[in-house]
Amino acid sequence: MTETSHSEGSTPQTPGNGTGVGERGEPLGPVLKKPGAGGSWRRPFARNGGAGSREIHHLGLVAALVLLALVGVFTEPDNFATSGNVVGILALAATIGVITVGQTFVIIGGGIDLSVGSVMALASVWATTVATQSYGPAVMALCAILVGTGAGVVTGILISYGRLVPFIATLAMLVAARGLAQRMSDRKTQLVRPENDAIEALSTTKVLGLPLVVYIFAAVAVVGWLLLNRTTFGRRTFAVGGNPEAARLAGIDVRRHTLLLYALSGFCCGIAAIIIMARTTTGSSTHGDLYELDAIAAVIIGGTLLTGGRGTVVGSILGVLVFTLITNLFILNGLQTSDQLVAKGVIIVIAVLLQRRGLRSPT
Amino acid sequence: MGSPEPLLLMRGIVKEFPGVRALDGVDLDVRPGEVHCLLGQNGAGKSTLIKVLAGAHQPDQGEIVFAGAPVRLAGPTAAMRAGIATIYQELDLVDGLSVAENVFLGHERARLGFTRRAEAERAARDLLARLGHGEIPPRREVGRLPAAGKQVVSMARALSHDARLIVMDEPSAALAHDEVANLFRIIRELTSAGVAVVYISHRLEEIREIGDRVTVLKDGRSVAGGLPAQTTSTDEIVSLMTGRDVEYVFPERPEPEDDRPEVLRVEDLTLPGAFEDVSLTVRAGEIVGLAGLVGSGRSEILETVYGARRPARGRVLIDGRPVRPGDTGAAVRRGMGMAPEERKSQALLMNESVAGNVSVAGLSRYASFGWLSRRRELADVRRQIEALDIRPPDPRRPVVTLSGGNQQKVVLARWLLDPDGLRLLILDEPTRGVDVGARAELYAVIRQLAGRGIGVLLVSSEVPEVLGLADRVLVVREGRVVHTGDARDLDEGSVLNMIMEGSAL
Repeated sequence: MTETSHSEGSTPQTPGNGTGVGERGEPLGPVLKKPGAGGSWRRPFARNGGAGSREIHHLGLVAALVLLALVGVFTEPDNFATSGNVVGILALAATIGVITVGQTFVIIGGGIDLSVGSVMALASVWATTVATQSYGPAVMALCAILVGTGAGVVTGILISYGRLVPFIATLAMLVAARGLAQRMSDRKTQLVRPENDAIEALSTTKVLGLPLVVYIFAAVAVVGWLLLNRTTFGRRTFAVGGNPEAARLAGIDVRRHTLLLYALSGFCCGIAAIIIMARTTTGSSTHGDLYELDAIAAVIIGGTLLTGGRGTVVGSILGVLVFTLITNLFILNGLQTSDQLVAKGVIIVIAVLLQRRGLRSPT
Repeated sequence: MGSPEPLLLMRGIVKEFPGVRALDGVDLDVRPGEVHCLLGQNGAGKSTLIKVLAGAHQPDQGEIVFAGAPVRLAGPTAAMRAGIATIYQELDLVDGLSVAENVFLGHERARLGFTRRAEAERAARDLLARLGHGEIPPRREVGRLPAAGKQVVSMARALSHDARLIVMDEPSAALAHDEVANLFRIIRELTSAGVAVVYISHRLEEIREIGDRVTVLKDGRSVAGGLPAQTTSTDEIVSLMTGRDVEYVFPERPEPEDDRPEVLRVEDLTLPGAFEDVSLTVRAGEIVGLAGLVGSGRSEILETVYGARRPARGRVLIDGRPVRPGDTGAAVRRGMGMAPEERKSQALLMNESVAGNVSVAGLSRYASFGWLSRRRELADVRRQIEALDIRPPDPRRPVVTLSGGNQQKVVLARWLLDPDGLRLLILDEPTRGVDVGARAELYAVIRQLAGRGIGVLLVSSEVPEVLGLADRVLVVREGRVVHTGDARDLDEGSVLNMIMEGSAL
């Protein structure tokens, strides 16, 4: 039922008249071209590529951010608009933000990653063991990234080659990674040792007033955006998530791509582990509890379809900022965290309802 | 039998969809206790007519009289209540529920909201016994039954509604030979109890065996009604089904050149349950068409050649070198391109723009180290839009807003980005969902591509399309190639005969 009003090529062609049957290698000749079909085509619809609605959705999130900021300014004029608080919000957003970027890829690619929080915890524990710490901060960081990526590769293999449903495979990894983290740390919080204070320096060193972890977050976001919008990898992610069968028939190795998506998500968890080590100077099996839900919620309110094939990194980042700002406002106003959870739930529902009206294309 | 009073009377049924008049004046009368067969080629309107009977579609014009009174079948429930049950080709059973639960789905035996399991099971057992299948346990999960068993459950469900008319859409398609015999036995029992059956099948021999009368549909009209099923000649039926009003405009064929190199060679390709020992060749610049019924294995042959299915046996060679089986990526790298049967579910990325859909199979052409040059991509897509005259000529437009014909061109354009890379184009039902007017244009495009030296392998349910477009035709029946020949030596009737009856003719 997607017929448009403009007519199909209704002039019967009588081909074989020679024109346009070019030699191999030439583009098809003008046989099929209608006079005047080139430039003067009038567009029957004002819609153009769906990009407009996507920008509107982003604007909506920005408006929500502004609104929340105004609430902050009015309710806590002395505390909210301070540079310290703004930096605090961004630093708080950094950990979950990096995870959310990875989650965005997985969800656009038609999957879901429930294991992000516990994989981050496992990476933080592994990077802060006595043995790892003895090699210095660089190895600790590398260790966190390798552990995260490794966990992502394992889930990815289970999903793409083991044909497990993403929900199941990542649920299994959620439980198992948390358990392994508890075992390795003996359920104790592992402190980053003083000689490795270069890790902590990531959150204490400030450039232009912002701690380095915020720059890491920004870098991940920018690289994520480029990867999604400017590379073959990103384009294939949309294809694999939007229509896996069509992607396969177009010659894309859907299984390998799916594996890479989970590896990417794990990689992001590794970076998030570095950030949380920097901010808390600890590695702990309790880090990142329920981060998977926050990350998924941020992706969803950012306008990414849970069914895959459509979404943006920018929206996800805005989603993270909205959530972090809400948390901040509730804390500043001394309100219950339980109310905060209710507010988040309401926002998810509102965002998705708006999305359904704004983002749907005629199908 | 022989009662002159019809159970069902349909007069002048018209049903229009945007751009298509699916039914254009259909008359049908069915007597109680008869098996009334509905015949027609694909697209003749059989499915739409069934859906009107099932209450799934509302006719735009015409009247339906059932059991002597005019009825309006406002929805599936209304049709059921009136006493019309439909058994679709894809059985609409819930695999995870038991046999008894499926039989009474939607009208459960319940009291105060609690299902009465024992009662439902007893009633289901009675119905199954009536159908001669008392051995099917009512508690068995339906998903664990074979196809024939599921069909019996569907029929039990129809009976549970006290249906007086049962519509069966190709009930034999999924059944083995001896299961068909049982199906016929059940149908005979039903009709002897006064139930009328509307039976749809492509297999003429079945219609002769089970049918009482035949109505033939063509291009949305009933061209003949109430023909005696046993005595009407095959030739007469075939000529009623063909001889269409729609004129196809096919491009001229070039003279055959046998010295052109072979692009594709398929040797003894076998996919158990679908087709066996299929061998064929396609030369550069040649269009080879496969004619056959849905379920004959023709689409599976294409998909296996393309690597979307892994064959049990046999080889596929492009330019004389074997292609890795079961790997679409390898097929694409070796120069194959495919426009699959289900454009929306198998070919298009419905969230994406025209450009995103065209470039998806050749992204690495525009990338250095994974980095896409969107400028080069867009320029190439624009060139293809112009070459194939895709309208509107806007690469950024969402592909969902294009008409069927233009969507198909988008799929074709996907494989034409690399001017030298494409060796073989595989087209499964290239004109499905495409307006009649736009078809001529697609035919011309396909012939032009062949003119560039690309081999084309195509499947179509519409015999005239295969005959008009292809240079060489392979007739496929029940997974085997039963005839290979020059398209000019064949006519629609003879191909339809081979498709439907095969060795008998």
